Amino acid sequence: MSQPFDKVYDARGLSCPMPLVNARKEIGKIDPGQVLKVLSTDRGSVADFQGWAKVAKNVAIVAQETEPMDGVNVYVHFVQRTA
Amino acid sequence: MTDDKLRELEQRVAALEEQAPEDRVSLIVFSGDLDRVLAAFVIATGAAAMGQQVSMFFTFWGLGVLRKGAELSGKTVLQKMMTVMSPGSSKDLPVSRMNYFGVGATMLRSMMKERNVTSLEDMVALAREMGVRMIACEMSRDVMGIHESELVGGVECGGVATFLADSLRSRTSLFI
Repeated sequence: MSQPFDKVYDARGLSCPMPLVNARKEIGKIDPGQVLKVLSTDRGSVADFQGWAKVAKNVAIVAQETEPMDGVNVYVHFVQRTA
Repeated sequence: MTDDKLRELEQRVAALEEQAPEDRVSLIVFSGDLDRVLAAFVIATGAAAMGQQVSMFFTFWGLGVLRKGAELSGKTVLQKMMTVMSPGSSKDLPVSRMNYFGVGATMLRSMMKERNVTSLEDMVALAREMGVRMIACEMSRDVMGIHESELVGGVECGGVATFLADSLRSRTSLFI
């Protein structure tokens, strides 16, 4: 369950489209091949991040997990910058 | 395969490539309703985040989003009436349903704040920061008597061809 990652972005509490918009900014700060871990409480972000990876040419989803934290579900996305 | 046939195929491929849509999304914002405009900006910023070039063309009531204030001087009587009766800035936009003289809009804004949804004004700033192209329709601005000085900065002016030049190269075009 422990996915390797290089940077964490915490988008908990933010709603659509901010987790995606900010994750896009954050992924620009890592090198190609590295992985960004994104935490979100927005349930829609699961499908949103899949859509992002499908459309954008420079990102891929490595893994997606759901973890209960402090009584709420946190959706964790591991996004790799591929180019 | 003969050289002629190969050349012909290459030409056809080149012609097709030229016509293929780009990673581009175009939106016409005709409505000046807070809820509709919000939807437009969620799509615009989301598309920009996904690596798309985004163009937004504001026309008629949609111009209200780009207003920063109201001026009365230099306007006809009808234009003055229009100015007084229409929203002076994005903060004054009504909602499309249950507006009740602005109470509905205030309610929606406070409900959004409660749920930590980005406000329209922040969304506009974000879109700008992400390089979303914003174009104000010259014709409707002129008809409604909105002076260029009443609009926020960083907005281009243009007409139908300005929009079509972008939308014809887009995968998605929306009228909101």
